[in-house]
Amino acid sequence: MKTVEEIKAAIEAAVPGAGVEIVVNPSVSGQHSLRLATSHAVEVARFLRDDAELALDFLSNVTGIDWPDKEITEKVKVTRQVSKTVEGVEKTVDEIVEETRKRLEPGCLEAVYHLYSVAEMHGPVIFRMRTVDRTDNVELPSLTPVWRSAEFQEREVFDLYGIIFTGHPDLRRLLMWAAFKDHPMRKDYREPDDFEYEPTAHDEVLKRAQEHQAAIAPQETGAGQ
Amino acid sequence: MTGPVSQESGELKIDDSLVPECEGPGAPDYSPVSVERPDSWNRPALIQPSGDGELLEVAMGPHHPSTHGVFRMDVALDGERVIRLRPVFGYLHRNHEKIAEGVSYLASMPYTDRLDYICPITNNWAYALAVEKLTGQEVPERAEYLRVILGELTRFQNHASSIGFLIQEMGASGTPLMYAFREREKILDLFEKLTGARMMVNYMRFGGCRVDASPAWLDQTRKVVAGLPEFVDEFERLLATNEILMARTQGVGVLKADLAVNAGVTGPMLRASGVNYDIRKVDGYGIYNRFNFRVPLGDHGDVYDRFMIRLLEMRESIAILEQALKDIPGGPVMDPKAKLRGFRPKPGEAYGRIEAPKGELGFYLISDGGPNPYRYRIRPPSLINLTVLEDMCLGHDVADVVLIFGSVDIVLGEVDR
Repeated sequence: MKTVEEIKAAIEAAVPGAGVEIVVNPSVSGQHSLRLATSHAVEVARFLRDDAELALDFLSNVTGIDWPDKEITEKVKVTRQVSKTVEGVEKTVDEIVEETRKRLEPGCLEAVYHLYSVAEMHGPVIFRMRTVDRTDNVELPSLTPVWRSAEFQEREVFDLYGIIFTGHPDLRRLLMWAAFKDHPMRKDYREPDDFEYEPTAHDEVLKRAQEHQAAIAPQETGAGQ
Repeated sequence: MTGPVSQESGELKIDDSLVPECEGPGAPDYSPVSVERPDSWNRPALIQPSGDGELLEVAMGPHHPSTHGVFRMDVALDGERVIRLRPVFGYLHRNHEKIAEGVSYLASMPYTDRLDYICPITNNWAYALAVEKLTGQEVPERAEYLRVILGELTRFQNHASSIGFLIQEMGASGTPLMYAFREREKILDLFEKLTGARMMVNYMRFGGCRVDASPAWLDQTRKVVAGLPEFVDEFERLLATNEILMARTQGVGVLKADLAVNAGVTGPMLRASGVNYDIRKVDGYGIYNRFNFRVPLGDHGDVYDRFMIRLLEMRESIAILEQALKDIPGGPVMDPKAKLRGFRPKPGEAYGRIEAPKGELGFYLISDGGPNPYRYRIRPPSLINLTVLEDMCLGHDVADVVLIFGSVDIVLGEVDR
């Protein structure tokens, strides 16, 4: 079985401009992965499947991951020019000041593919692709034309995460019903207010129940008149 | 829901008021009988309607006894012949993966019992294995033996009851299923004695097993295992050469090896198509490389082969059980360094998989260093094995669809999660 570096070199030799990056996994599992550029993903996938040495003919697992926008607070040291009176003379002096800066790291959606080889009995080879952002540019190329086992799994990722797989033959929701609007596995998903009666409501449930009752109370009184 | 379909356009007339409003890729597709497909890549050639009658759309399920739970197949029929089949999922969806992201690692362990509720032990095992990969925990030898013993008992009872259900759906009402359940009861009694529950066992922990087996339990297990070969012989004598069973299953629902691999089919279904791929042999997880057992392979990939592979795998399970029960050493069943409370794996990810009775069951975990998993994904063999359901069913009769579906061996708790 080739290492991740060797697979990366093989991909770059076979598909010029593939844009492969190694993603190091710090855990003891040692399952490092490759990040593919979306532009060449289908060609790379075909290469991985058809290459005689790799022969990754079995796509085991397709997963979505949500990486929401992250606000990063960091302390930066900045040199500023401050005018000071030193020994009765006014001077401009450089002073190092610590500043707290906040910056927004844009989030994205990610799809992860786990490959094995049935012919060579090795694996896993893991690769991942990222969307540009979480709202408007959520397209990734579908790999269902390469491995049929992605058919239902990509539908599931589309359903629960909202990644649109271009080139998928039948991209519909898999688990949620068709008229459902949101994508429940996203980290910022908020459940709809479909409050159900609970006899011993407490804590969060009680709070939700009270909010729900307050919201429907005016309508009910209106209906009674 | 049945309705007439116009033969000329091949379209189904639907009352617009019933159709929910939605657009885009997630919009419902209400043209199940349309013979056109967006992309016919790697799929069987569609069967053209004979043209001498009306097409009929039938929703098989969700509340149909042969669907093993709540599952729907929208089939388009030309007479009795299936010309299009579309599975509909989600009736049992409770988003287990989302729930697991909100609780600690250990708190998901009892929930895994509810995935494939026929085989809770192997679900526990796959999850424990993935977490052990993530943290690098060791499992004591006695615990590994107990995992193998319970895992193979689970495989045995799953295959026995799955064959029983298959024959039941064929019309042999009662007898074979009750034979299978008689043995299953003995095995569930063992589970109950060891773990306190017949089905929702919650037995494994990260780095071992929850409770040790007493010598009395091991003796009882040896007694039960000693009786299993007789049951398999009886089952095989009763069924394997039965004329009706052979007529109904041979040459029905054929799955070719290359499509099976490409579609990610795993487990007995893959091996029935003649592909030698058993994760117990390939990965050798746990201590499986210590045992002597063979991997039975099919030749035709039809329903009969799938039935026969399960029967043969039951014999191999007995062989593993006999070796494991002979060699089981003493010692602890939990890694003394294992932490149950305040369990926070280092950041990173791991994918662990086992050969569950239904196929490859995998867990993919991402840790961000917190007490809850950042991402918790189950690779469900039952769902992915259904990818090829339409391919196997096209051209067969409705009664065969029930058999082909039964031979896939699914549990809806795992399909919908």
